[in-house]
Amino acid sequence: MSITLEQIDKSFGAFKALQGIELDIPDGELIGLLGPSGSGKTTLLRIIAGLESADSGRILFHGEDVTRRHVRERRVGFVFQHYALFRHMTVAQNIAFGLDVLPRKQRPSAAEIRQRVGNLLEMVQLSHLADRFPAQLSGGQKQRIALARALAMQPQVLLLDEPFGALDARVRKDLRRWLRSLHDELNFTSVFVTHDQEEALELSDRVVVMSAGHIEQVDTPEALYAKPDSRFVFDFLGHVNVLQGSLVGNRLASGDAWVQFPEEPAAAGEAQLYLRPHEVRLQLSPVGHAHLPLQVEAINLIGAEVRLELRPCGWQCDTLWEVGITHAEYHSWQPRRGDRCFAVPDVGHLFVAGHTQPQTLYWG
Amino acid sequence: MSELSGGRWSPLRRNPGKRVLPGFALSMGISLLFISLILLLPVTGLLVQTAGMSWEQYWGVITDERVVASYKVTLWAAGIASLFNGIAGLLLAWVLVRYEFPGKRLIDALIDLPFALPTAVAGITLAALFAENGWYGQLLAELGIKVAFTPLGIVVAMSFTSLPFVVRTVQPVLEDLPVEDEEAAISMGASDLAVFRRILFPSLWPALMTGVALSFTRSLGEFGAVIFIAGNMPYVSEITSLMIFIRLQEFDYGAASAIASVVLIASLVLLLAINLWQARYLRRLHGR
Repeated sequence: MSITLEQIDKSFGAFKALQGIELDIPDGELIGLLGPSGSGKTTLLRIIAGLESADSGRILFHGEDVTRRHVRERRVGFVFQHYALFRHMTVAQNIAFGLDVLPRKQRPSAAEIRQRVGNLLEMVQLSHLADRFPAQLSGGQKQRIALARALAMQPQVLLLDEPFGALDARVRKDLRRWLRSLHDELNFTSVFVTHDQEEALELSDRVVVMSAGHIEQVDTPEALYAKPDSRFVFDFLGHVNVLQGSLVGNRLASGDAWVQFPEEPAAAGEAQLYLRPHEVRLQLSPVGHAHLPLQVEAINLIGAEVRLELRPCGWQCDTLWEVGITHAEYHSWQPRRGDRCFAVPDVGHLFVAGHTQPQTLYWG
Repeated sequence: MSELSGGRWSPLRRNPGKRVLPGFALSMGISLLFISLILLLPVTGLLVQTAGMSWEQYWGVITDERVVASYKVTLWAAGIASLFNGIAGLLLAWVLVRYEFPGKRLIDALIDLPFALPTAVAGITLAALFAENGWYGQLLAELGIKVAFTPLGIVVAMSFTSLPFVVRTVQPVLEDLPVEDEEAAISMGASDLAVFRRILFPSLWPALMTGVALSFTRSLGEFGAVIFIAGNMPYVSEITSLMIFIRLQEFDYGAASAIASVVLIASLVLLLAINLWQARYLRRLHGR
C-alpha cells in the first residue's frame, strides 16, 4: 500500500516537531527515516500510524485519506523499540492477541488462530518458545516475536520505531538482514526509524534524512552518500574531513594548511572544504595543489582497511581527520602515533558561506 | 578485569565478596533486634496471656455468641469496605497517574490524610456528618438510608481509614506501566475495554489485590474511627475490636487476648496467602 504525506505540521507546545513534511512512499518500498534525536522522525512515524495526530496536513494510504482514521482502523503493524510485549502473556498469546480481540463475527476459530500463530512462529524461527513468557527471552528473540505479532493481522504497512536500537551489534546485523528478506518475501510497505546511518543505508531502498522537524533529503543510499544536498546530510552520513578557512581566488587557507583549486570557485569568503575519507590520500611530503600537515593520533587495524585518526598540525579543526589506507600500504609505511604526514585530496566538496549546495571539485 | 578489581590499586575492593556498605552483621543484628522488640515481643506477650487459659476456656471465649456476632459484622463490613476501596482506590490512582489537572499535587497529598488523622477524630467527624441532622445524613435520610449508628456506618468508617492502602499500592505500578503496551494493543485493533481487561488489569491485579488485602486487614482491626459511628449495639453493630476493649474494661485480660489472637491469626494468614499468590504471579512477569 502506498503512503502519501501532504504538508504535515506538528507542534508540542512551543516546540515545532514537524514542519511541512511532504513524502511519497510507493507500494512495497522499504524506507528509512534517519536523523539525530529530536529531528521528528519518531513523531512522523507515529503520525503515519495514527498514534499521534498531525496539527495540519493529510495522510493518504493508497490514495485514500486516512488522516481522521483511528489507529485501530488504519490496520498498520507497529513495532516498538522496547518490544512492548505483554509480560503476562505467553509468546503464543502475544502473537494471537490481535486475532483474539477481533469482533466475534470476524474472529477466526480457535484452531485457525492456533494455526496462524504456529505459522508466524515458524516464520520468525522461534516455534520452540511458544509457551515461554517474554521475560524468559533474549532481546533479539523479543523483537522477532514483536514482529511476528505485528504481522499477525497481515498489515499492508509495517512501521518500526528504532527496531534494533536496544540490541547488541551482532544481533542487530542478523536481524537487519532477516527483516530485509522478510520484507522482500511478503511485500508490504515498511517505514522504519533509526539514528544509525549504517543501518539506514544498508537496509533501505530510500532514506529520508531529517533534521529539526523537516526533511533534508530523500534519496537512495548511493545518491545520499555520493551527492549530499546540504552540509547537514554531509555531516550526518559517514565521517567527513573538514578544512575551514577563507577562500581567496582559487586558494582556501587556514593557518599552515592550504588547498589550491584547479578552477576558480564561483564565490569567495568564508568557506569549508568537505572531504570523505576515501577521497583523501596520505603522503609523506606535500604536493603542489595541497599542503595539509597532519599527525597520526590513533590507528585502528580492525576491518577491511586500516583507519587512521589524524590531528591537524599548525591549523584548526573541530574534529579529527579520518583516512583509510589499505593493509598493504600500512605495512610498507608502518606509521606510528605522532608520525607526520600530508593529506592529498582527489575530490572535494566546497561549501561557501551563503550557499547551501556544495560545489564539487576534481583535481586531475 | 579480575586482575583490576582484586589488584593492589583499590584496597576497598580487596575482598570481592564485600558489599557496597560494610557491616552486614551489625545492620542485620540491629534489624533483627528491632523486629523482635517491636513486632515479635508484643505478639508473644499476647499469646502468653492466653496461655493461662485451657483450650476449653479459650474456645469458649472466642466462640461466645456475642463475639461470633461481632466477627460476622467485622468481616462483612471490612469485606464491603475493602471492595469499595478496591474500586474507588483504583479510580483515584488512575486519575492521579494518567491525567494532569490543577490541584493534582494537593489531591495526591490529601490521599494520605486518613493515615495522618487520629482515627477517633475521623470517627467523630464521620458520625457528625452522617448523623440524621448532619450534612450527608440529611440528604441520605430523604432517600431512606441511615448510615450513622448502623452497620453501614462501620463500612463508611472502615473504608475512610483504609483507602490510602489501595491508592498507594496501585499508584507506583500504574506509573511503571509502559504506555507502549497500550499503544501496541490499540494498533492491533483492541477496543478500549479490551485494552483495560486484557492488558492493564492483569498488570495491576497483583498490586490491587495487595492493596485490597491490606485495606481489609486494617479494617479488621480498626477501632477508633468505627466505635463513634457504629452505634455499638450488641449482635448488630459491635465490631471485634470493641469486644476486646469491653473485655479489657472488665479486667478479663485473658479473654481480651484470646479474641485479639483470633484477629491476629486471621490477618496473618490472609497476608501470607496474598504474598504467596503474588510471588507466584510475579515470577511469570520477571522470568525465573
